[in-house]
Amino acid sequence: MIKMTKYSMYTKMIWNALLRRRSRMLIALLAVAIGATVVSGLVTIYYDVPRQMGREFRSYGANLLLTPAGDQQVMAQNLVANATTLLPSDKLIGIAPYLYDRIKLNEQPFLVAGTHFQAVKKVSPYWQIRGEWPADQSEDIVIGAEVAERLEIEPGEQVTLAAAGSETEKKVKVAGILRTGGSEENFIFLDLSLLQQMLKKEGVISIAQVSITANEAELNTLTQQIGEQVPGVAPRLVKQVTQSEQTVLGKLQALVYLVTIVVLLLTLICVATTMMAVVTERRKEIGLKKALGAENRSIILEFLGEGLALGALGGLLGTILGFFFAQAVSVNVFGRMISFQPLIALLALIVSIAVTGLACLIPVKIATEVEPAIVLRGE
Amino acid sequence: MSLLELHNVSMIYGSVKALQGIDLTVEKGEWLALMGPSGSGKTTLMNIIGCMDKASTGSIVLDGVDFTDVTAGNLTMLRRDKIGLVFQQFHLIPYLTAVENLMVAQYYHSMPDEQEALIALERVGLKERARHLPSQLSGGEQQRVCIARALINYPMLILADEPTGNLDETNAKIVLEFFQQLHREGHTIIMVTHDPKVAELAERCIVLEHGRIANRKDRRIVCREEEVS
Repeated sequence: MIKMTKYSMYTKMIWNALLRRRSRMLIALLAVAIGATVVSGLVTIYYDVPRQMGREFRSYGANLLLTPAGDQQVMAQNLVANATTLLPSDKLIGIAPYLYDRIKLNEQPFLVAGTHFQAVKKVSPYWQIRGEWPADQSEDIVIGAEVAERLEIEPGEQVTLAAAGSETEKKVKVAGILRTGGSEENFIFLDLSLLQQMLKKEGVISIAQVSITANEAELNTLTQQIGEQVPGVAPRLVKQVTQSEQTVLGKLQALVYLVTIVVLLLTLICVATTMMAVVTERRKEIGLKKALGAENRSIILEFLGEGLALGALGGLLGTILGFFFAQAVSVNVFGRMISFQPLIALLALIVSIAVTGLACLIPVKIATEVEPAIVLRGE
Repeated sequence: MSLLELHNVSMIYGSVKALQGIDLTVEKGEWLALMGPSGSGKTTLMNIIGCMDKASTGSIVLDGVDFTDVTAGNLTMLRRDKIGLVFQQFHLIPYLTAVENLMVAQYYHSMPDEQEALIALERVGLKERARHLPSQLSGGEQQRVCIARALINYPMLILADEPTGNLDETNAKIVLEFFQQLHREGHTIIMVTHDPKVAELAERCIVLEHGRIANRKDRRIVCREEEVS
């Protein structure tokens, strides 16, 4: 290599200024990298919070109910299947059908609900069972804690069930005792098919509880679609759940947003201060370059080039670290892994470069004001 | 036509008169030594001649170009094209190697040329040290790099500010031999020095006192007078 272009000399000067002044530039690089780490991490969390928290909220129970339309007490089970086809399968956590009635247990009347236990596990994960969950289509039952206390029944005991107004009795095993802290503790739960058979109400249910990860607007749309396209079914939102979910998510996102802005400002100040120190420290070098004939434009391009290279390097480092930071937060707080988002990585990189560029403006302006005469004055 | 002509040049900073009514002519190929005590205005005069500062009054003509009223941009262009600077403190860019320091001067002037920069370093006996950083060079070597840098763009006028001020006797001798060689080759040199022995090497010597030229005689007489005083 004999002759080199002005551009390659420019690049050489920038890289050498960064690489051969490691200790100085490392501080600036760290400032940018830490800023980019936090920003990239927070933006990833900001993006992922609705998804993560949405799933968290699903552990508090159903957010959509499918009830019989009009004055009907029950509806055909296949209507629920029709409604299910309208729900996005990737967001659907579970659908638990319920048939409510009364039944005698050891000759005492109680409220009863027939359901699919495996579906209940998904829709109402907060149910605490002492004993075991019955398998679907088994004849084992679950009884509420209040019922168990009143009749002094323990898991594993045999009990006698009889439908009201029927002489037919059925001996079944109590697989578990349910605690929810709610009205469910006064119920007896058995497999839906078994109850339908005992009550001679095959193919009908009273209600279906749906758990789905969707915000209030999406749920409203789904409700409207089901109401219009599945006659006989009246969908209803569990407003308490959906609204509090929206409120909490909104506040969380606002918090993350604010923290991101504050971190960006701090990064801006930190990088600007570091670059200011760099310019002050290199006044003689700037003076010398001017004495050698450098125009202000060259000085601006060199310092801006150094700043932008720092921004790009720090941004790249921060974006990678930010992903691991977000991953750690997600795993520790939500217990789930997050996936790498190329768009967020690109955004963090661009923001880092832009912030560093912005932070360099004042120091670069100061650099242009340095007079070449200082190299002879010996200041 | 003289290379440099200063007529009634003054420089005033607030109430301080750094230079007063300087008249000076330097011919092409001449070696002029500039002496004087601290605060006498030597640096101010060098800054004005080196196109790094503008005089408050008076006219300055360099190579036929009157730059009394030129803009800052034009002053930069004049400095880049016509002046070569050698500093007492060398002022090499610390993160660039010796050859890269020369190429920076080429970069601001026109186009960097590594081969030419290496030849310039060879001329000052530093080709083998071309890839060394300034911190890896001795004071004498750094000053030779500084001289090579001053010459790389073929300037009309070399301004040297105490070029041996930071050097030991051996290195000062080597550097002065370079200046003598440059003079023999026809370069025009203006050198600030405190050392009468260095000034003796010049063709002519002027002494500044309180911003005025105090004496303008035969260099040997002036320098001997300075030595005595």
